[in-house]
Amino acid sequence: MSDQLSIAEVSKSFGGVQAVTRVSLDVRQGEIMSVIGPNGAGKTTLLNMVSGFYHPDTGRILLEGADITHDKPSHVAELGVARTFQNIALFRGMTVLDNLMLGRHVRMKSGVIASFIYWGMAQREEVAHRRRVEDIIDFLKIQDLRRRPCGSLAYGLQKRVELGRALALDPKVLLLDEPMGGCNHEEKEDMARFVLDVNQEWGTTIILIEHDMGVVMDISDRVAVLDMGQKIAEGTPDNVRSNPQVIKAYLGDTKGVTNGGTRG
Amino acid sequence: MEGHVADLTTLPRLLQRNARDLGDRPAIREKDRGIWQSWTWREYEEQARDFALGLAALGFARGDRLSVIGDNRPRLYWAQVAAQCLGGVPVPVYQDSIAKELAYVWNHAEVSVIVAEDQEQVDKIVALKAELPALRLVIYDDPRGLSGSKQEWLKSYQDVQELGRKFGAEHLGYFETEIGKGKPEDVAIISYTSGTTGNPKGAMLTHANAIGVAEIFCREARVVPDDTSLAYLPMAWAGDSVYTLFASLMVGFCANCPESPETVQRDLRELGPSTILAPPRIWENMLTGLQVRAADATPLKRRTFEYFRSAAERAEILRSEGKAVPAGLRLATALGEFFVYGPVRDQLGLRQAKWALTGGAPLGPDTFRFFRSIGVNLKQVYGSTETSGLVSLQPDAEANPTSAGRPVPGVEIKIAERGEVLVRGRAIFKGYLKNEEATREVIDPDGWFHTGDAGFIDPRGHLVIIDRAKDVGALADGTPFAPQFIENKLKYSPFIREAVAFGHERHFVAAMIAIDLNTVGNWAERQGLTYTSYMDLSQKTEVRELIAEEIRKGNQTLPDSTKIRRFLLLTKDLEADDAEMTRTRKVRRRYVAEKYAPVIDAFYSGLSEVDLTTAITYEDGRQATIQSKVRIEDVEGAPAHV
Repeated sequence: MSDQLSIAEVSKSFGGVQAVTRVSLDVRQGEIMSVIGPNGAGKTTLLNMVSGFYHPDTGRILLEGADITHDKPSHVAELGVARTFQNIALFRGMTVLDNLMLGRHVRMKSGVIASFIYWGMAQREEVAHRRRVEDIIDFLKIQDLRRRPCGSLAYGLQKRVELGRALALDPKVLLLDEPMGGCNHEEKEDMARFVLDVNQEWGTTIILIEHDMGVVMDISDRVAVLDMGQKIAEGTPDNVRSNPQVIKAYLGDTKGVTNGGTRG
Repeated sequence: MEGHVADLTTLPRLLQRNARDLGDRPAIREKDRGIWQSWTWREYEEQARDFALGLAALGFARGDRLSVIGDNRPRLYWAQVAAQCLGGVPVPVYQDSIAKELAYVWNHAEVSVIVAEDQEQVDKIVALKAELPALRLVIYDDPRGLSGSKQEWLKSYQDVQELGRKFGAEHLGYFETEIGKGKPEDVAIISYTSGTTGNPKGAMLTHANAIGVAEIFCREARVVPDDTSLAYLPMAWAGDSVYTLFASLMVGFCANCPESPETVQRDLRELGPSTILAPPRIWENMLTGLQVRAADATPLKRRTFEYFRSAAERAEILRSEGKAVPAGLRLATALGEFFVYGPVRDQLGLRQAKWALTGGAPLGPDTFRFFRSIGVNLKQVYGSTETSGLVSLQPDAEANPTSAGRPVPGVEIKIAERGEVLVRGRAIFKGYLKNEEATREVIDPDGWFHTGDAGFIDPRGHLVIIDRAKDVGALADGTPFAPQFIENKLKYSPFIREAVAFGHERHFVAAMIAIDLNTVGNWAERQGLTYTSYMDLSQKTEVRELIAEEIRKGNQTLPDSTKIRRFLLLTKDLEADDAEMTRTRKVRRRYVAEKYAPVIDAFYSGLSEVDLTTAITYEDGRQATIQSKVRIEDVEGAPAHV
């Protein structure tokens, strides 16, 4: 497995606040890498830098060898990095189907004029994209929701649709920011299953931010721990769980972090 | 298609005939990726053949048993037919069964191959694998999440078919030879009946049973190759086997599998099948859905609906009594057809249905009348797994809410002492698998099958079923008491999902009621009532008053002595997982009476409150208990306490 995404010594500060300090992380092709850490540790900032929403003050980010450090979010998306948001960012008034079709937008090639004429190229393209979207609908088992406006869906289902929209991009790397946050037990189980299935069926590399330690330890290949903007540990779930620094960051003393413990 | 009827003695032979004579016609469809995908009879046979040969290559032999678990999927139907082609026996199971029940059935039937729809079902099997010594092979349809698995005993449907194509090339004519060996007396399917007592029993239906019932059914119900049906009922229910497998193979009509259980209502509307079979639960749900939507509509729409609904009901009652419908009412119903009934039927997906059947359990007369009155040709059919699903059927002109219809040709009916209905004919099953004793209990030496239902033949020659024979009782004053009749009255209310009535050897009737979470929840929201859970909602004073009012309405049509005097709202719905109902949602009355004994005591000792301890069983078999104090309400004044 080669490094698909390479984050080298990135730092980011907002005014006087140092959110991320010289963090390096190499993510291998096809793995599930979780990033954990207490609130305010800089996890989301790190994801935002990868997806191009923020640009690091120093350091570099390479995607398959290409420098994307200063790329725009739209370009990073085109290169195959998709993400979901901690607070759901769907178009609430639009249907599930339209939200997913929108996720394919960066993959659409017809220009304004061709789309205006519709018949011919634009139509063929639309059919091909719809086929892909239907695969995703089937994959996420949301056939009954196609025509429902996203705003009317239960929270857990919205999270699922958001994952669907990210998948519609045919991503090589999927960034998931707390996909299980706010979900009930059953929704969490379903989501964990979907994340695993995406990884297994399509070989998508996944970077996951999640607070539920049970889920993280269960499904991750590797875990990186951030605290106060710095990476304090990285390794297999077992390794990380027994790392004294991690235990200290989480609990402030030396008792073990147990599997299944939740931190919100 | 007439000439070779004599050779058509097994279901696989029907398949061969269909592939030959109806080769290009659609046999089965599945909605997938939002589109109806169809397979012709020729493709149906190819699919079943490749799968059968794959099974043969993997050692599946005559007499072996193959189970299917999952939603209605063409591949699961083909797998069943494939097993039959090899002389094997399909054993469909209810996918919502708890692990213990599944393990019981698979072990009892010594199932060696299970065809599972997807990973969810495979996971259940994996968890039970150690307890299933006979199981050799698990085959999955949807590979999602399973392609990484490398176990020897786990294979994909495609892989098995691929093996089958190779095996077929090496063993030319194998498939046809195996079909040729099939005999009409071979067992065609083992259908487990959840039964209202004890462990499920495996009813063995032969090919002769299957073909016999399919022939009679298709003739009596005028089923033709152009017909369509929606295959959405549990595959383990004998009704689905008769309809989607036997009858479809017999006539060659096209069965359609919905996209997912959640999309059934929309798929039904999209498809508009020409025939539809549904148990009472579905009709009740449809009606409840309509009532909720009517209540949410604007006042004008609501009043229009109400006006035309009541006009239709009055006209329907007159028609069923054989009286003339006055001109004014005829005009109203004609307008109603245009403005209300047609659009409503269209919304429900019943617009093109030439008939709709209800069976499996009695349907409340009010619900029945409602659907008839809006122009749905709803008719009752009566049968059980042991009678291959068909004993009697209502002819079009004689549909009514009280009878179970005329006995179909080829079926003899006799009423035994104590009113039990006995049935004889070619549809009577071969017996219960590995349970001689139970078989002897229900089939007497003269070949009469004891249905366990109490009934009589009315002057028109229709069979009327009163209730389960063992449930029919009498109040302390001798008034006959049939609990189901009263429960169906209650279940007409959209707010009541389940009801269990008591009264045998008592002075009055009392009922336990499970509210309908959706409709009552919806109602509560409109009243500005907040609630957290089923339990919380069911114990609100306002909800108790709402239900009391619904009971008063139901009581109006009951004779004084059998009016419901006291009731209690359960803190949870009755569940098959808790063994309170069968998988086909019939109340397991004795079990419920035992489980809720303190409630019954409280009903009749005049207490106004009872401690209710309810056990809840989760799908994986774990149990939890909920304890609560529940109020008992009086309706219609205080009953005469003993």
